[in-house]
Amino acid sequence: MSYTDIERQWTTRLRRRFVHLLPPEKLLPDTQPTYVSSWIYVFGVTTLAALVVVIASGSLLAIRGPQWWHTSSVGHFANSLHLWSVEIFFFAMVIHLWGKYFMAAWRGGRALTWMTGVVTFLTSIGAAFTGYVSQTNFDSQWISTQAKDGINATGAGAYFNVLDMGQMLMWHIVLLPLAAVVLTGLHVLLVRVKGVVPPFDEPAKVNA
Amino acid sequence: MRTKRFRPDVDVAPWKGGHAPYDIIKEGTIALVVVGLLTVMLAVVFGSPDEPAVTIKTWSNATPVDFAMTALSELNQTSGTAQYGAPYNTASTGQKLGPLELAKWVGARVPVNTVRDFVINPLKSLPDQPVLTADLRQWSTASTSTRDQWIKNYTKASTHLTFVNGQVTDTANNVGPVSVFINDLTQMARTGALDQALVTQSGFYTTNFTLPLLFLADGSYLANLALHQHLMGDQWGMMNETGNYPGQAWLWLYTFWYQIAPFNSSANADVLVWGIMMALSVVLILVPFIPGLRSLPRKTRVYRVIWREHYHNTAQ
Repeated sequence: MSYTDIERQWTTRLRRRFVHLLPPEKLLPDTQPTYVSSWIYVFGVTTLAALVVVIASGSLLAIRGPQWWHTSSVGHFANSLHLWSVEIFFFAMVIHLWGKYFMAAWRGGRALTWMTGVVTFLTSIGAAFTGYVSQTNFDSQWISTQAKDGINATGAGAYFNVLDMGQMLMWHIVLLPLAAVVLTGLHVLLVRVKGVVPPFDEPAKVNA
Repeated sequence: MRTKRFRPDVDVAPWKGGHAPYDIIKEGTIALVVVGLLTVMLAVVFGSPDEPAVTIKTWSNATPVDFAMTALSELNQTSGTAQYGAPYNTASTGQKLGPLELAKWVGARVPVNTVRDFVINPLKSLPDQPVLTADLRQWSTASTSTRDQWIKNYTKASTHLTFVNGQVTDTANNVGPVSVFINDLTQMARTGALDQALVTQSGFYTTNFTLPLLFLADGSYLANLALHQHLMGDQWGMMNETGNYPGQAWLWLYTFWYQIAPFNSSANADVLVWGIMMALSVVLILVPFIPGLRSLPRKTRVYRVIWREHYHNTAQ
């Protein structure tokens, strides 16, 4: 195989493109611009950390199946971990989102970063909702029988039946988490590619 | 050559300032440990709610007349499910978004026939019931007008339904097998057999609870329990959960619309609220491209609080 053949390989091209777009020093930076100094930045990484805990606690619940947590104190504790990590996740994500809005974080070619962030937020709402309706308790009975009217009114209820616990559980533990994790990964990579948005340029005040 | 105009809400000037050390791995690890500990602390202190699911058995034993009346509403097709429209049946047009009849267009793709699925099929599943079997045969061979007359006569007398000595009793005449149907279905429900019959209609293995949930929702028992748990629509409904837990607080805006006019009294409230939320979601996604909305951060100057240290340092 000649050198040219290697150069033409899809793998070689993809690696070159990826490394060009996201060199190691951008992917795992060891310095940041000095303006990256505010409490608001804490909420982005808090959201990511909470997502890890959400997935870990959800995986713990998955080991013994959807009914386990009703009859086991360990299972109930795992459910409590899952619930509170979800609450922290949304709390941090909403503050992160509003913070980024007031920073106009889409500036400098970062519109896609903003958009993937918002879509991740919306996907996460769907993931949480399907969790609430697949708890197999009174809450899931009430929430699903109420929520069906909204979803049915749009026509989506014909395909997305909130009263079908099996369907909701599958969306909750496979499809929506997968979408949320992929979107989050894309969002973080875009942040690393474009860097953190700089402050608005303001003329320095001149003291008389 | 024309130079591109600098748009402050879209463009940024290249950063010419300094850089500071930043350990991304350390930051992520610390965040994970702190969030993990906070989660454990909240779980230990507050736990999580787990109100047991309501069964048709508990409902029919607690309020047998309410159950019997609901069973009758399934048979005379006046229940919420029987009158629902798509995706369960074609009894009504359903909600409209302006001229758009979205649910109707998609059609009844989760078909539910309340007479067949909630009354006749469960009763057919009961073994060794010669009287009931004869009554079911009488029902299946009767003409539609005869059935309608039986149901009409029973419905007219249903205000006097009572539950005495474990039996649903009525004062109705010329009702064919309807009295037996309502009483036997109530007996069946009180043993728990109806819970099973409703979920096993599509086979041994099932995870689909559409039928029992619709039946439960047609009665007033589930709603009364929800009322006591502050879960009704006018109590900010489904964003809450049982007990003093935050629930789905992130649905506040969605639930908010149901609290105000015209949505709190509109027959099309659900589709209108969904329409609004979909439109707002699209706007949120497209903020970077919407003039005015994308300028608000610069004009409100909240960013000066966020980058307080940066502006303080550059002013030195």
